[in-house]
Amino acid sequence: MSETTDLIRDMAEKLFGDACEKSVLAAAENGQFQTGLWQEITDAGLAGALLPESAGGSDLAIEDALAALRISASRAAPVPLAETMLAGWLASSSLAVPEGPLTIAPASNGAPLTLKKSTSGWRLDGVAKRVPFARNAAAILVLAEADGANMVARVDPKICALTHGRNLAMEPRDDVTFACDLGAGDVAPASNHVNAETLRAFGAAMRANQIAGALSRALEITLQYANERVQFGKPIAKFQAIQHNLAMLAAHSAAANAAADMAAEAAANDMNLLPIAAAKARCGEAASVGAGIAHQTHGAIGFTREHMLHYFTKRLWSWRDEFGKESDWSLIIGRAAAKAGPKKLWSDIVTA
Amino acid sequence: MTQLTFAPPPPNTEATETLRAEVRAFLDVELAHMTPRQRAQSWSGRDPAFSKKMAERGWLGMTWPKKYGGHERSALERYVVLEEMLAAGAPVGAHWIADRQSAPSILRFGTEEQKQFFVPKIARGDLFFCIGMSEPDSGSDLAATRTRATAVEGGFKVNGTKVWTSGAHVAHYMILFCRTDAKSDDRHGGVSQFIVDMKTPGIKISPIYDLSHEHHFNEVVFEDMFLPTSALLGNQGDGWKQVTGELAYERSGPDRFLSTFTLLIEGFAMLGENVDDRAKIALGRIVAHLMTLRRMSRSIAGMLQRGEDPAVHAAIVKELGTSLEQEMVEVLRLIVDAEPDGGADNPYVAVLAHTIMHAPSFSLRGGTREILRGMIARGLGLR
Repeated sequence: MSETTDLIRDMAEKLFGDACEKSVLAAAENGQFQTGLWQEITDAGLAGALLPESAGGSDLAIEDALAALRISASRAAPVPLAETMLAGWLASSSLAVPEGPLTIAPASNGAPLTLKKSTSGWRLDGVAKRVPFARNAAAILVLAEADGANMVARVDPKICALTHGRNLAMEPRDDVTFACDLGAGDVAPASNHVNAETLRAFGAAMRANQIAGALSRALEITLQYANERVQFGKPIAKFQAIQHNLAMLAAHSAAANAAADMAAEAAANDMNLLPIAAAKARCGEAASVGAGIAHQTHGAIGFTREHMLHYFTKRLWSWRDEFGKESDWSLIIGRAAAKAGPKKLWSDIVTA
Repeated sequence: MTQLTFAPPPPNTEATETLRAEVRAFLDVELAHMTPRQRAQSWSGRDPAFSKKMAERGWLGMTWPKKYGGHERSALERYVVLEEMLAAGAPVGAHWIADRQSAPSILRFGTEEQKQFFVPKIARGDLFFCIGMSEPDSGSDLAATRTRATAVEGGFKVNGTKVWTSGAHVAHYMILFCRTDAKSDDRHGGVSQFIVDMKTPGIKISPIYDLSHEHHFNEVVFEDMFLPTSALLGNQGDGWKQVTGELAYERSGPDRFLSTFTLLIEGFAMLGENVDDRAKIALGRIVAHLMTLRRMSRSIAGMLQRGEDPAVHAAIVKELGTSLEQEMVEVLRLIVDAEPDGGADNPYVAVLAHTIMHAPSFSLRGGTREILRGMIARGLGLR
């Protein structure tokens, strides 16, 4: 681990540890965008993590950006950090991006958006479903094909029709209808490595890292509760049945974190698809099992709005579905394996 | 945070990938005659001649010092050989225990004389070991061991019974775990390890057939067996500490998630490329688990390389890995239209039968699921 990595991690631990108080999380659930927290994230250089320095970004290594993202998720930071990082990656040096939170489209499967040259510039049409934080974004970075080439468009959400939606953690997930005339300077060819598949894969790598962070915290909260809660005259953590459940929660959390590391490495390695697919599938499963054990251990108190646990479990339940759920990514792996044939199964696992 | 995290594994190098290619070329030739049903035996399959060939290539004792016949290669290089052998279903069972844990224990705790006598022979594929731990009244509760070595002139006299001793009938030596001193307040005190020549007078080995009618297990009875003082491994009374370290070796490797890999290969072969998407999802999920487990297990190889204690990490890998092995059977059963039959010509059907019949042992051997979960809980500070 490099010195830079350590510095970024320490900085992120401090920033998100201090800033993500319960009042912040509760206010965000009530629909208030957390501008103070966002400002701190911007000042720390994390919002521009994947933008080149020439574009005013901090040009972090992808692994370092994802490490910071994982830490933000371990505090349930209710902001579009993943999406702003993705937008920076999409824009790269070809499009300037405004200050402020950003998001990307498409963020989920659906009919493709159409982008065509017009007399004054470009015309973008179509609907992007469940775009994260679209209502809060200073710009939506849209990936679309024009004449067979991947193009990136910068769109102000104010000129789009938004239908508000939310995920289970009350994070904005808005349907965005584009019927926009864009200037010639609002659209640029995507970088070579950017296409619909790599965008979805990078989104999945981000969510895998967020799941790993949130699950680590769910484990932490659950261990603390089990050590404090007394029933039958002793802390429930002393009961073997509880210990075995907590052991499995820890095992799934460890697996999710290892898988998230695998996704981060693969994202940095030309967005290598299969390890990211495996990571998102594995993390999604860990999210389901882990959230279940965390709630079971907490009993009724963990089921209340008052308790912290739900800020993490609701994110786990949401993020496991976003940018492809377990079955979507398992299918990609299964297809590749079936196509390669049984004789290549092992060597493909090793090479992936 | 109280987290059990797995550090990134050491990266592959030119050396590891050259080695991998050598191993694959070797296996292509050496395993050409083996049926899937034979390969499915994984590290329970024994072939001393195959072990000897591996030794000739320098693939036993890979990480041990050269002065004891080892090859001073990295833990990751050793890992490459192990995983390639397991993925191919190589019959590595004869030397498996000696290479995995007996020689490493001797190197850690043995006298210079023991190291010089045993370790080079193990590295040459000439000596195979078995493990004398479980007893009729001491399974998971290892501290309840009753086999006793009583001090006598020039050594010890051993009486007692070991059970479930895999390969006792073919091993040359056993590392015996037994009581040497009276029970003290310390439940873990008063036990020691010995290196026992299986030809020593006073040993009686009887087969215990498993539910497949196969002979892997044995009952080993010691009746006034004399052991010279030189047979003691490590310090008298340190047996518990020593055996705990040995178990970490036993639990951390790819043998804890790859022992059913032949079933997965034959499942894919049976289903073919055009199988429906639901089956691809089910199989893809298994591959996703395998990829993650492999990363975790390679991370432990890095811990071993750095001299760190992987006991709790190993427990996590074994628990997740053996659960996946067992689940794999259930997943394939539901998506492949075939009934298991161990005598069938169809390789998938035969391998499925073999795997179903052996699956219960995966979460028993090397520490039960319940013991492992307890170890993880201890690692979390709960016990």
